[in-house]
Amino acid sequence: MGIKDQKIPMTRRTFLAGTAGTTLVMGLGSVLPGCSSEEAAVDLMAAGASNRFSPAVWFEISGTGDVKINIAKAEMGQHVGTALARIVADELGADWSRVSIDHVDTDPKWGYMVTGGSWSVVTSFTMLSQAGAAGRTVLLEAGAKLLGVEVAACTAENGNVIAGDQSVSFAEIVATGDISRVINDEEMAAMPVKAAADRTLIGKATAALDIPEKTEGAAVYGLDTELPDMVYAHPLIPPTRYGSTINSIDDSGAGDIPGYLQTIQISDPSDTVQGWALVIAESFPAAMKASSAVEVDWAAGPTAGVTEAHILAEGEKLAADRSSGVLVVDDGDVAAAREGAAETLSAIYRTNTALHFTLEPQNALVEFVDGVYHIHAGNQWQSLILPYLATALEVEESAIVIHQYYLGGGYGRRLFGDQMIPAAIAAKELGRPVKLVFQRAEDSRFDCARSPSVAQLDASFDADGELTGIEHAIAAGWPTLTMAPGFLADGVDGNGKFDTFSASGSDHWYTLPSHRVRAINNDLAQRTFQPGWLRAVGPGWISWGVEGFMDELAEKMGEDAVEFRLARLDAAGKNAGSAPNSVGGSSRLADVLRDVAERSGWGGDLPENEGMGVAISQGQERPNPTWTACVAHIAVDPDTNAITVKKIWQTIDCGTVVHPDGAMAQAEGATLWGVSLALHEGTEFVGGEVKDQNLNTYTPLRMADVPELDIKFVESDEFPMGLGEPPLIAVAPAIGNAVYAATGTRVRDLPIRLS
Amino acid sequence: MIQFELNGETVSTDSPPDTPLLWVIRDELKLKGTKFGCGIAMCGACTVHLDGTATRSCVTPVSAVESMTVTTIEGIESDASKALQTAWVDEQVPQCGYCQSGQIMQAADLLSKNSNPSDADIDAAMNGNLCRCMAYTRIRKAIKSAANGGGA
Repeated sequence: MGIKDQKIPMTRRTFLAGTAGTTLVMGLGSVLPGCSSEEAAVDLMAAGASNRFSPAVWFEISGTGDVKINIAKAEMGQHVGTALARIVADELGADWSRVSIDHVDTDPKWGYMVTGGSWSVVTSFTMLSQAGAAGRTVLLEAGAKLLGVEVAACTAENGNVIAGDQSVSFAEIVATGDISRVINDEEMAAMPVKAAADRTLIGKATAALDIPEKTEGAAVYGLDTELPDMVYAHPLIPPTRYGSTINSIDDSGAGDIPGYLQTIQISDPSDTVQGWALVIAESFPAAMKASSAVEVDWAAGPTAGVTEAHILAEGEKLAADRSSGVLVVDDGDVAAAREGAAETLSAIYRTNTALHFTLEPQNALVEFVDGVYHIHAGNQWQSLILPYLATALEVEESAIVIHQYYLGGGYGRRLFGDQMIPAAIAAKELGRPVKLVFQRAEDSRFDCARSPSVAQLDASFDADGELTGIEHAIAAGWPTLTMAPGFLADGVDGNGKFDTFSASGSDHWYTLPSHRVRAINNDLAQRTFQPGWLRAVGPGWISWGVEGFMDELAEKMGEDAVEFRLARLDAAGKNAGSAPNSVGGSSRLADVLRDVAERSGWGGDLPENEGMGVAISQGQERPNPTWTACVAHIAVDPDTNAITVKKIWQTIDCGTVVHPDGAMAQAEGATLWGVSLALHEGTEFVGGEVKDQNLNTYTPLRMADVPELDIKFVESDEFPMGLGEPPLIAVAPAIGNAVYAATGTRVRDLPIRLS
Repeated sequence: MIQFELNGETVSTDSPPDTPLLWVIRDELKLKGTKFGCGIAMCGACTVHLDGTATRSCVTPVSAVESMTVTTIEGIESDASKALQTAWVDEQVPQCGYCQSGQIMQAADLLSKNSNPSDADIDAAMNGNLCRCMAYTRIRKAIKSAANGGGA
């Protein structure tokens, strides 16, 4: 598959179960074209695997009753393996204490591998439930035979098949059973999954499986991997992301550094890294030291003079031009509302560059063995980078395997495995395993940062002062355009393509008389750096404008900020929602808003220089909404203008919560990310690069500035939505609106600075 | 050759004296629990105990630890340290987990000097340790829990 035409493949599903040796192996996936389910099942029985079968879920029960569930998602702090395994184990009727998980390497048999978008539970829930239920069906059939009873008389509970007062354990079934079973697509569709009331693991308290080793220093991250005979590499990164070339390299200053080997130029056929060199040494300290001593003379690319101000100015110019961009929303007659307006209100909201700053710096270890490149690195989207690697190495994708490890932070940075490319090219050139490690400044310079953005919002009012329409133009660099253009969406009028991940949040759930959104690619941002998907992605910056402007509209119309919103969350028309993901539509948003207003004491009196602000969000995308409402209580020091966040309330409705404590941990972390992006972190482009490259000037939230948190999840049996990102979204606008309430100063730039 | 004690054993290195202790621990002595984050002593992921005091190993030249005692996450044994690890699991603190060795080493240093720290004491001691997942409220809670229940 080429880089430019990637899409997530859709397939019909078959469930295969077979005993291989003393293990019962079970998988739900697709039988590959040209093969039959029976052939695949025979493979499975013979080898415990089948190259005719592509499982999206694969799990096994040993003859001793241990259940191993393979996880194709990246573990980066969200305890995803625990949540996904509990979905399977609940349906299976497994004994949770016997369940373990394994994070798998890339192999075509695992199908499409991506961890992002807060999608893991949303997109896997049905499949995992069906896989567990299919496994239960197989065990019930085999158990009933052993017990000499009808299948209908049996249940599966806690690792046993039970019929009246008889029971047989999964271990006994596997040890004695000779199971070979194919469940086809039609049977799968009819597979009975448990009613919410019958669940034993989903929604119940548990400890995350990955936590013990993370407290003992035993968890293995990509940075911790080693291979015999490897050399270390450190990058010499050119002055611009694109278009720089190396005139000359002088490594005479590094010659005396013990362990220094050489400096190599990287020629990358995929053009992902341009104008790079790597310092090669026997140890990483030697590589670091030599990196400071090697002099590279670059011819800088065309964006070497670009600043943040240039990018924002370009964004403002594009946003103001009504002919620019692609239509994301076009409801009602915005033009008529504008032309007939008795009054208008306009505002420009902007956000500055923000870094991922994963604490584990970028790294990759690559070894070429027996015709295959083995890449050791934690990664979120293996299926995205594989074709880039194939192009860079000039091999087929089948000659590359990416081995997964714990991720020392993802937040979207590790969706793009671009750091693997120079490491792999060096391994190819040197004929030795190469371990590439970035120091922090290089990590920041090579980050796919959150693009600076500009949003222009224009509202129209009729002669009675009623709102008649909102036009919204959003201009930014688009991650998807460069990295995964196959995922761009068509404009609603059929003209042009846009990055949905850089537009989500503009297609919100407020019912408006007319509404138009234009998504605009800021081409200067796009040319200057590689825009990235930063936690909460589009809604993370788009809601800054939407929710700030809603407050401005409420004030202009003389309405309370909560009441103004509630009046427009009427679950009417396109905002009615649909099964299964958005049942209830915007009425659920109204419910969380009412709840957070009540719990926070919204509308009460506050001391001077203090204020409360409210905002809502329906992240991550419209088809998979997590309904959240946030109130922030802040204080502003009248002498220094320093902003202190005293308390944040959030009410979150994500439907069914699979792993309650893990969900709360994600909500706490995402909320504090919201605080951090609002007040503590942010950088700017200067001379074509990010200015703040380490913690001496890039200053994420620390413990002393953590506000009190009061986060509540709505109890719900609705279909589960994602949580890693959505609780971040409403925090910054809630703080911004609170700043206005406290000071009367409307802040429209993020991070917030009161001068 | 530079000698020091690491987790109770005498070890030595022939690395250049200005080699950061972090890389000697990780790459020569193969203890990978101590992490590399910022390289300028501002994230705390590399925190070890040097003669019992929390120290940033990324900026500590190995020559500076000659004849001293170095303890890493793999070697902590005090009651307070063990209580912290238990509390870290009980409170389900780690998310990505990358900073947590350093957080625990820093917290152990705090509890060794102050067995019953207030929130303000904890904030002051822990403010130099970045948790990028921002699991701060749980870190604070786990330290208090370890202090109260761990016999520190």
